Amino acid sequence: MKGALSKAANIAKQQGILLAFICLLLLFSLTSDVFLTYKNITLVLRQISIWGVIACGMTFVIIGGNWDLSVGSLTSLTTVVVITLHDKIGPVPAMIVAVLVGLISGVISGYLVGFQKLNSLIITLGMLGVLQAITLIYTGGKYSRILNPDDTWFSFIGRGFLWGVPFPVILLVVIGVIFAILLSRTVYGRRVMAVGGNPVASKYTGIRESLVVMSTFMLTGIATGIGGIMLGSRMMAAQNYIGEGYEFQVITGVILGGTSLTGGEGNIFKSIIGIVIIGMLNNWFILMGMQYYYQWTAQWVIILAVVWLDVAAKRGKMLG
Amino acid sequence: MKQTTSAKRPLGSLRSFVTTQPIWAILAFIFVVASIAERDFLSLSNLSNILLQSALNGMLAIGMTFLMINGFFDLSVGTVMGFAAALTIGLQPHGMAVAILGALGAGLAVGAINGFFVTKVKINAFVVTLASFIGMRGLIFIYTQERSIVGQIDGFAVFGASKLLGLPTLAVIMLAILALAEFVLRKTGHGRNTYAIGGNAEAARNAGIPVERTNFINFLLCGLGAAVGGVFIASRMNAAMPTLGWPDTNLIIIATVALGGTKLRGGFGSMINTLGGLLALGIIRNSMDLLNVPSFFNRLSMGIILMLVVYADAKFKPVSR
Repeated sequence: MKGALSKAANIAKQQGILLAFICLLLLFSLTSDVFLTYKNITLVLRQISIWGVIACGMTFVIIGGNWDLSVGSLTSLTTVVVITLHDKIGPVPAMIVAVLVGLISGVISGYLVGFQKLNSLIITLGMLGVLQAITLIYTGGKYSRILNPDDTWFSFIGRGFLWGVPFPVILLVVIGVIFAILLSRTVYGRRVMAVGGNPVASKYTGIRESLVVMSTFMLTGIATGIGGIMLGSRMMAAQNYIGEGYEFQVITGVILGGTSLTGGEGNIFKSIIGIVIIGMLNNWFILMGMQYYYQWTAQWVIILAVVWLDVAAKRGKMLG
Repeated sequence: MKQTTSAKRPLGSLRSFVTTQPIWAILAFIFVVASIAERDFLSLSNLSNILLQSALNGMLAIGMTFLMINGFFDLSVGTVMGFAAALTIGLQPHGMAVAILGALGAGLAVGAINGFFVTKVKINAFVVTLASFIGMRGLIFIYTQERSIVGQIDGFAVFGASKLLGLPTLAVIMLAILALAEFVLRKTGHGRNTYAIGGNAEAARNAGIPVERTNFINFLLCGLGAAVGGVFIASRMNAAMPTLGWPDTNLIIIATVALGGTKLRGGFGSMINTLGGLLALGIIRNSMDLLNVPSFFNRLSMGIILMLVVYADAKFKPVSR
């Protein structure tokens, strides 16, 4: 009996985010008739697919012991890039350029954090300002759009359906699986965990820490580039601040997913569940007739509550 | 040791001053460039305008300096300021005193929440304050119903635009508080404890310094500073918008304090140098406005300055404390 109880407690400790997900799902379905309909579920999933893709990269950065606050501005930039270049050089080259822009931004942040050993929080806070300014300089502050949205297959990425499933959701699953394999089944993934968990020890085992840290930022840059493509394809137009605040949604999701805040542990699947929870919550607030901004204050409470329960479960008491 | 070399070589003492307090050299350089680039810069009304601008950011920077010397950051100051401004305007029907006390109380409450979760629950300060930043943004929108609100007490706006001893009153108040804060840092036990914890938290704990209490107080001070900044802005505009403080204010304030030379790892810094950072960024912003540079270059320069400062912070160790 006691064994079963401690086993249950252990499962709750390990899979807390899944339990929270199921409880919230039950609560939302019981309080709203619309919530569990095909239309609403696909709506929520389409909304979160972009955050989910970026969260895949962010999970690597946080496991490596760093933060990336620049993803919101980078989403704005890559979205604007893909939209403006679509009519000039065609969709495929535009998408390649968008991913390259993401990669270059990741290389810059990654080099400064990995090789120059600078504080990632401050560096990416600076990058947040710089990338947003570059976006505005690039467009001259103007709204950009694709001239003939009906004449191109490009809109399929963000708006299309395959076998009744929204294409961006399929994209999220594919990218999630690739990132999850990279994290848990490759030597590279183990090195990221080692660098985040114990930088000193990992150095003595011959891991090139600087390069590993830089690569996590590059992965986030690529993921954000893909996110920008998805967002551009869904909107077929972009204003200059389109990705503003995405960093908060993404980081909140990864934190809810239980990625260790001090680095060393994390799970792509749980990060995506964390993102889904935020998406469901936002959706539920609107279904319940509340203004969209209530979700921000709710996020405050939820982040603190979840992280508190998480650290309390790990150390066995509420206060440290 | 240092004093004898200084006495022998005046140039050496100048060099040591520049390497330990580079902000004053930077400020002098920026001042000269701005005066050459723009004729209107040196006018009395423009300089007093810069001081007034600096007064608004200054209150946030003072609180942040305490916290950064302590070894923490607060990413919530932007929306705490915005919420305090909204309360200062929105509570005016209950009287000015209630409005201001309500705003300051809200700032203290958020500071207490941040401080509790960081010092007692021991959650990463970045996560706690980032969550507060989002949550307070929600509270501003809920309180203002997504609308700009306008003040009813004209005297409050007159106060915000008034002058004392030829300087903007708000700037005089900010400078007085800054001087008081410098005194607290240098001459009181709380100040010394803050430096000690920022320098080496473990050693400070072993030395019997009340680490948690000191950290908590500094989070309170940071929340209070942000709230005073909100009252200032409300008085300056006699109105509050729901977007106040979002999303750039944190960037600007942390850049200001870091440019002033406060170490990002904690343990080193001063209020006077934060004032230098404030004036330097204030002049840059002001000259960009005078030269009609589009406002997004302001953002670009803030980002680049912050990154350069972090680079310098990591590469050039302070010569002495």
